[in-house]
Amino acid sequence: MLIRKIEKIVTESHHTKSFYFKGGFDANPGQFVMIWIPGVDEIPMGLSTIGETMGITVHSVGVATEKLHSFNEGDKIGIRGPYGNSFDIQGSKLLVIAGGTGIASLMPVVEVAVKDRDVDVAIGALTKEELLFARRVEDSGANLKLATDDGSEGFHGFVSDLAGDLLSEGDYDQMLTCGPEAMMKKVIELGREHNVRTQVSMERFMRCGIGVCGSCAFDGLRICADGPVFDGEEVYGKGDFNKHRRDPAGKRTPLIPNL
Amino acid sequence: MVDLSTSVGKLQLRNPTMLASGVLGETAELLLRVADSGAGAVVTKSIGLEPREGHPNPTVIEMEHALLNAVGLANPGIEAFKEEMEVATKGAVPVIGSIFGKNVDEFTKLAVKMEEFGATAVELNLSCPHAEGLGHEIGADPKNVEEITKGVKGSVSIPVFPKLTPNVKDIVELADAAAKGGADGVVAINTVRAMAISPEAGMPILANKIGGLSGTAIRPIGVRCVYEIWEEVPIPVIGVGGISTGMDALEYLMAGASAVQIGSGVWIGGPEVFASVCKEIEEFLERNGHSSLNDVLGAAHSC
Ligand SMILES: Cc1cc2nc3c(=O)[nH]c(=O)nc-3n(C[C@H](O)[C@H](O)[C@H](O)COP(=O)(O)OP(=O)(O)OC[C@H]3O[C@@H](n4cnc5c(N)ncnc54)[C@H](O)[C@@H]3O)c2cc1C
Ligand SMILES: Cc1cc2nc3c(=O)[nH]c(=O)nc-3n(C[C@H](O)[C@H](O)[C@H](O)COP(=O)(O)O)c2cc1C
Ligand code: FES
Repeated sequence: MLIRKIEKIVTESHHTKSFYFKGGFDANPGQFVMIWIPGVDEIPMGLSTIGETMGITVHSVGVATEKLHSFNEGDKIGIRGPYGNSFDIQGSKLLVIAGGTGIASLMPVVEVAVKDRDVDVAIGALTKEELLFARRVEDSGANLKLATDDGSEGFHGFVSDLAGDLLSEGDYDQMLTCGPEAMMKKVIELGREHNVRTQVSMERFMRCGIGVCGSCAFDGLRICADGPVFDGEEVYGKGDFNKHRRDPAGKRTPLIPNL
Repeated sequence: MVDLSTSVGKLQLRNPTMLASGVLGETAELLLRVADSGAGAVVTKSIGLEPREGHPNPTVIEMEHALLNAVGLANPGIEAFKEEMEVATKGAVPVIGSIFGKNVDEFTKLAVKMEEFGATAVELNLSCPHAEGLGHEIGADPKNVEEITKGVKGSVSIPVFPKLTPNVKDIVELADAAAKGGADGVVAINTVRAMAISPEAGMPILANKIGGLSGTAIRPIGVRCVYEIWEEVPIPVIGVGGISTGMDALEYLMAGASAVQIGSGVWIGGPEVFASVCKEIEEFLERNGHSSLNDVLGAAHSC
């Protein structure tokens, strides 16, 4: 278990903070780590910054994430990983669609792709205040598009509807998406309509992160080791997609949107 | 063509590899995937009477050549597990229901349910090293092993395989007790009680502090246990602990195991590990002029 001091904490919105620490390991865009909060829990987090300094971006939703939010610079966390596969960028014009905290897992692939491709990034959130990384997307050189459910910034409505408009105008080779499954489902459907391949980044409850315990089962797939990035068509037909998760006891349970 | 089929008592297997309990075995679709990947049989996650969330994370961590886990018998409970069994038993290979309880009565109830749900055999978890009042806390005592085995045998007609703990002075006594209870075979071994501490955090890493070690590092312990049981107790043995290659499996088979289970081998090898282990066993047998797996079972005892 790698132990790292938190070097820097950035408040991104009223419920989301980024934590930066020294890496010392290689990672690819789309991979995640298991973050140990000693004495509390260990939880999966996508890497939102990859490099000499690594970063995670944490939405406070429960016991472990709240505890992490109470941490100060200098406090220690444990890190296992990086785990899982990564995005496989294809074509020269990309549309990246992020819902809520989903932009965290997409930010590194945006920053890599923009070096030699044309990248549009559509970020959606409930309100203007909850839009994450807008500035970082602009700084990367990608084209920023915003959507808010309440209309307080950018397109008034769901980011998947904004994506629909963009697809009607632009000629994209690939879509990359991370966010609530209902949103990703719409994105895959849009991809079918416009003949654009989609890669989605999925989440489920995890224990091992290394494909052994079966806690992250999504039909016959292990989110941690077969994913977290999947071809949209691979997940679309699964009975669990946008419907079920497994609770910590392993029971199939309805999926309640939580992002 | 080399014949890889084998049997453990009445249990017939197309090849000697089985999925070990607790690895990818909690959900039907993953059990089916492992069956499709080439395993000869699959063992379910250990199931109890009631749902259990298990221990908090961290519950599984990587060590050098090993995994350390204290999942803590997380499971959805036997009633909810029915729907997984309904789907899992439609696969091409036997499904063995692993169960845990705190006494004969609980084990018996669970075994009856597993038989009703279509399990080909039951495996009795008398060996999990990190759950209070369960697993090895009961299974380390030969009296309990005999009594629980006898109780379960008396209430089901499918084969019964107690799974034994290596965390005792003499595992042969446990195998002997299982045989006296009427077991159709024994499974050896479960994980080895162990701990890892993070010096920088100044505390054990597992939330449960103590867990069970599995993987390559424990193979010599498992092989020794199987070898000792074979020498002393006339009962079929299923060998488990640290198998990820055909040569690893052959160690157990030559020590006297009739079949093997693979758990942690899925970590590096993925679900494809069953097919690759079988292929390597087949190649070894061919290279050495054997036409059947039977030729090498227990071979290490004839020297
Ligand atoms: C690969 C991967 C990458 C991730 N990346 C990030 C990231 O970059 N940023 C981030 O903020 N989070 C990320 N997550 C999610 C994060 O791991 C969880 O939010 C975290 O584990 C919650 O822990 P907690 O103890 O704070 O919440 P808990 O106290 O464990 O539980 C509260 C949460 O449980 C979940 N829950 C309960 N019931 C349901 C239900 N019916 N349906 C769905 N969910 C339910 C909800 O998330 C709820 O908010 C990722 C998860 C995975 C698997
Ligand atoms: C994550 C994990 C969970 C396990 N859960 C169980 C379980 O529920 N019941 C059981 O009898 N054994 C359980 N085991 C033990 C294995 O079945 C096996 O006996 C042990 O890991 C040694 O084999 P291996 O080295 O191939 O993993 C578990 C092992 C691991 C790694
Ligand atoms: S979290 Fe253990 S298999 Fe995915």
